[in-house]
Formats: sequence, structure tokens, C-alpha cells
Amino acid sequence: MTINRRHLLGASAGLVAAAGLNRFGLTPAFAQSAPAYKPEEGATLRLLRWVPFVPAEEAAWLANTKKFTDATGVQVRIDKESWEDVRPKAAVAANVGSGPDMVMSWFDDPQQYPDKLVDVTELGEYLGGAHGGWYPGLEGYAKRDGKFIALPLCAIGNAVVYRDSHMKAAGFSEFPKDTAGFLELCKAMQAKGTPAGFPHGKAVGDGNNYAHWLLWSHGGKMVDEGGKVVINSPETLASVKYAQELYKTFIPGTESWQDVNNNRAFLAGQVSLTANGVSVYYAAVKDPAMKAIADDMRSTNLPIGPVGQSVELHQTSTISIFKHTKYPEAAKAYLQFMYQADNMNAWIEGASAYCCQPLKEFAANPVWTANPIHAAYAKASGTLRPNGYAGPLGAASAGTMADYVLVDMYATAVTGQMTPEDAIAQAEKRANRYYKV
Amino acid sequence: MTMTTTAKQPLAFGNIARSNTAVGLFFMLPAAVFLLCFLTYPLGLGVWLGFTDTTIGREGIFIGLENYEALARDSVFWMAVYNTIFYTLIASILKFGLGLWLALILNEHLPFKSFFRAIILLPWVVPTVLSALAFWWIYDAQFSIISWSLMKLGWIHSPINFLGDPNNARASVIAANVWRGIPFVAISLLAGLQTIPQSLHEAASLDGATGWQRFRFITLPMLTPIIAVVMTFSVLFTFTDFQLIYVLTKGGPVNATHLMATLSFQRGIPGGQLGEGAAIAVAMIPFLLASILFSFFGLQRRKWQQGGQD
Repeated sequence: MTINRRHLLGASAGLVAAAGLNRFGLTPAFAQSAPAYKPEEGATLRLLRWVPFVPAEEAAWLANTKKFTDATGVQVRIDKESWEDVRPKAAVAANVGSGPDMVMSWFDDPQQYPDKLVDVTELGEYLGGAHGGWYPGLEGYAKRDGKFIALPLCAIGNAVVYRDSHMKAAGFSEFPKDTAGFLELCKAMQAKGTPAGFPHGKAVGDGNNYAHWLLWSHGGKMVDEGGKVVINSPETLASVKYAQELYKTFIPGTESWQDVNNNRAFLAGQVSLTANGVSVYYAAVKDPAMKAIADDMRSTNLPIGPVGQSVELHQTSTISIFKHTKYPEAAKAYLQFMYQADNMNAWIEGASAYCCQPLKEFAANPVWTANPIHAAYAKASGTLRPNGYAGPLGAASAGTMADYVLVDMYATAVTGQMTPEDAIAQAEKRANRYYKV
Repeated sequence: MTMTTTAKQPLAFGNIARSNTAVGLFFMLPAAVFLLCFLTYPLGLGVWLGFTDTTIGREGIFIGLENYEALARDSVFWMAVYNTIFYTLIASILKFGLGLWLALILNEHLPFKSFFRAIILLPWVVPTVLSALAFWWIYDAQFSIISWSLMKLGWIHSPINFLGDPNNARASVIAANVWRGIPFVAISLLAGLQTIPQSLHEAASLDGATGWQRFRFITLPMLTPIIAVVMTFSVLFTFTDFQLIYVLTKGGPVNATHLMATLSFQRGIPGGQLGEGAAIAVAMIPFLLASILFSFFGLQRRKWQQGGQD
């Protein structure tokens, strides 16, 4: 198992290493030369960011920032807001035209006020060319009409975590790769009294990750390329029916789960399989009493459904510069500095697998091979699909997710409050309100 | 009358200064400005936003009743309306019944009376979010102390699904709200009880009135004005409750405990649809007005207060 995974990872690391050569000055000919941004006289910057999940991540970001200040003399103040508060604060700053100069925000936020953001196409294209290219899913969040309105920062990876011994006790020597096998595993684990559990409640992160995986792995989608709601499809129906079967194997009560419930239940040994960020592993490692659980814990990606490829939502963060800043050149210089290979690598390493790289070159970061648990999280940026796939990003896609349309659709069906058909019809109706039909 | 026009000016000012109405208005000015800035303006802005398609980060345009038309066809909104009324009605009745009962007990001569009166206030003093977090653990799907105790006693075999089943979830959030709201009702009613002259009770006792008759014909009528005020506040607090729901369920399972306040927030702030969020909040106003009017005109009729019939 482990050797296989390492081999696989080694292979993919080799692939990106080719792209990584330019770190040693072997810049491919097609890459543009580095743009030079000269900070304005007396420039100071303010960055609004989300409260860090991992202290070492923040430490690395601050250390990089300090290096930037030392090199340029530009002071950078960093304000933190809890992750759900970043959205309204940033939107108000954009609207009012004052406040922070830059924001580290979530999902489709930049798409809600694209005309209030500084065009960073030059920097975005340069960074993409210099560091092996952006991951397309992440790039989608940051680009509008072919222009970069933000720089993709990271994906917060989501992956299955499970108890190896419990899987083996259920008669599986290897974790199933497809959705059918996954259902069998969950059934067998439930029979052994070590059930799985995925949140069907109002869990902003985990609930949406699970619901979007259910939908996309079966080939369903909320809207088509033109933003027309197409949720009412045979593929969606298949995914709802699959979710119903899966739900029967879960520990009772998952329909009330919020973001922390699955962590809590997993660490208490109540569920043996769930999906989460890497934080659940570090919570177990930190507590000596949970050594047995930490040692028994494995991670893998959510299984592949009929659609034939690994597709997940994950959480995504981008970083953008507001047009109201007095020092756009300083802000660009700051971003350029933070994305320099050494600095970006230090930051990704500090985040200990919590933040997955936006640029392919950084997949070679040693953090992904430092611990077998990390391997599954290394793929987050690659398997990521933007919210509101396959339609345009913006207020409609953001509103649909914030209103839990998809999460509710699965929850109503699995709990038997509605038939799958009715649940889908209701979701279609609700989504249509955002996509304004 | 014989004054010349030149002498008129200073006197006019003096007249104004001496006029009680003008001085009164002048002294009311700060309060009026305060009310305008901090009550009328936000309320007016909220009502206006409800008629626009404002999103966070974008100025909206006037769209008339479109938000309300959309809400009228929205099953989630109607679910929230139903939940809010149900939640307010049941919780208020329970809070009134239990609160009055508690007040009557505390009004008796108990040992350690002051101690009990102080301790009864605790649920009210604890910040809502903290008590909500405590209830969150009490109702946890896996770690509930209630489920655990009952399982240890052998009464049930699997944990109770407090917040996962729609009806359980409604009952659970109501129970938490009642726990939190009782002290306010109890202490206020206790204050009211203490204003009832003891002589009335003594006179009634001499006339041979039973305990129930004394309660029905003395305590209750004398207490009605207080009840009206207390219950108006209690209904308003309950109707606009937010924190408890947001911590316990965020409106789940599948919107079974979504109140209008939480739905308004969910759509307005995280969802960015400020216009629609405002419309939901504005839709609460008629209900709130109705409850205020009911208690002021329904419960404050003087005849009834004085023990007469209408």
C-alpha cells in the first residue's frame, strides 16, 4: 500500500520536477521575463486574511512578509477575520472603496466584484509560465473574461480519512477506488459496528464537499456552460439514489452534523471513515491519548464515480488587490515576492499539507512526501472543480452554495422527507432563483 | 400693539425661549436625532433594501415587490415562517406558564429566598452563545449526556437523534430557548407580584376565598399589566431569536429549524443577497406589530384589570 502510493507520488513528483527546473534559472524560453514592480514612495499595505488553521502556516506567511518589508521598506499590516466573516468584510471594502488593500478570500468572492479589483494578468501569466502553470480549477476562480482578477492561492484539501484496521477487519485489504466498491466497504464496516459518517447538516465546508462529490462523481451538474440550471437530470437522480444507499450505512445523526462533528466523532472512535482536511490527523497526533488512532489512520481520495475521474470541490482561496489601494505597484510587488519559489515553498511547508499549491511546480514540495497521510491532500488542486460547475462564477454560484441548495437536496432525500425526484425538483427551483430564470 | 417693528426682534426670541413648547422641543432634539440616526434610518434602509436587488458589493436597483413575489413561491421561506410562529408560540406559552409558576413559588416564604432568586437568574446572565454551545453538546448526535445517561440506565439502546430528526430538533431548540427565557419572565413577574398589597389577600381570606379564587380574582388581574409587558418582550425576543439556532443547527436538519431571522442572515450575509435578506427581515415586521398590538390592546384593558368583566 504505502510503497504503491509513494511510487505513484514519486512519479508525479518527477513529472512536475521538469517544470521545477526553472527554479535553478533554466526558465523555459516561452516564459515571460519577470515583471518588475517598483513600490510607490512611502507605500504601506494592509492585507485581510482568514484566521489560519495551522499556526505554522501563519508563521511562514509572516516570515515571508517580514522579508519583503526588509527588502523594500514597505510595511504590511495583516488583519485576520474568521473565515466566514472574510466574505462580507471584503465585499463591503470593495463596495465602499476603503479598507484593506488586498484580501485573501474564499471561492467565488473575486467574481462578485470583478470591476473593483486590480487586473493582475501580467503577474498571473508570468507566475504561471515560471512555475509550471496554474491548476485549471484554481485558475477558474481567479480569472474572468480571460483576465486575472486575483491570484489563486491554495486549495484546502479534502480527503477520506479512515481507520486501516477497521477497513481490514471488514474484509478489505485495499481501499476501493470506485463508488460501487466504496458502498460495499461502507456496508461491511457498518456490519462490523465501525460505521462511516459524512455530514448531511449545514456544514459549510465538509457538507458542501461531500454533496458536490456525490453530484459530480455521477456526472450531474448544477448548471451548464451558459448558466442554465440542469440539476434535474438522470445523473443527479443516480447520485441521490447512491447517497441514499450510502446514508443507510452511516452512524445515526449525520443530518445534524456541522463542520466539526465528523472530526469529533472520528477522534472519539465513533466513526471509522469520513472526509476531512488534514487537521483531523494533526488533532490526533497532538494528543498522546490518541496515538492508537493516529497510527491507525490513513487517507485517500474520494472514490471515482461513473464519470470516470476524480472530481471534488475542496475549499479554495485566492488573493486579490482592490482598485482603491493607493499603492497598486507595492501590492503587486508583494504578491510577486510571496509567490517566489522559496517563499511559496516555505509557506506550503508551514501549512503541513493543509494548503495545496496553486502552481504545478510546487507539487514537488517535500511536505507531500514527509508523511504518507499527506499524499491524498497533495492532489487537491488537481482534482478541484470550481463551484457552480460548469457555469460562470459569480453571485449566483456563491448564493446557491451559501443557501445550501445542494446539501439540502441530498439531506431531504436521504432522510426520506422527500422522494429523490421531489428533492431534485426543489433544488432546481431554488437554484433557478439564483440563476434568475 | 403699539410696539414698533424695531423692538420686535429681540422680543420674538425671548418669547420663543419662554414658550414651554419650544423649550420642550429643543430638549427633545437630542433624543429625536438619536432615534432618527439609530432606529429610523436603519429600519428605513432595511425596508428600502427589501425592494431592491442589492447584493453585497453591488448597489442594487429598485425592483418593486419582486423579492416578495419570489419569497411567496419559496417553500423554504414558508417553512421558516411556520417554524418561527411555531417556535414563538410554544416557547412563549411554556415560558409564561413555567415562569409564572416559578414566580409564585419564589413569592412564598421560602428558606434562602434571596439565594434562590439570585440563582434563578443564571440562565439569563450567561451569554446566549455560551449556553447555546453547552446545549449543542447536550444534544450532540454522538456525545449527548442525555443519551449517554439513558443508555447507561438501559432505557434506550442507541443515542437520541436530537438535532437530526425534524420534530426532535424543533423540540430541542424550543427547550433550550425556554430554559434561557424563563428567568426573565419569572423575575419580572415576581416583581409584579410584590406590588400586590398583602391586605387584599388578607381581606379575601377573611371572606373565605380559596387559594385558587385569590389567584384568579386578585393576583391575576393585578398582574395583568406586568404580564402584558413581559410577554410582549418575551414574544419579541423569541420571534427574533438567532444565536441559539445558529449555534445549534444553523437551521437544519433540512431547514426544519430555520427561523426567519436565521434565513434572512443566511441569504443576506453569507449568500450576499442583501435585498432578499432584507425582504425576509421586513416580512417579520407585521408579525411583530401584531403581537405588540395584541398585548397592548388585548391585555391592557382597564376593566379587566380592575376585576370587572368586559
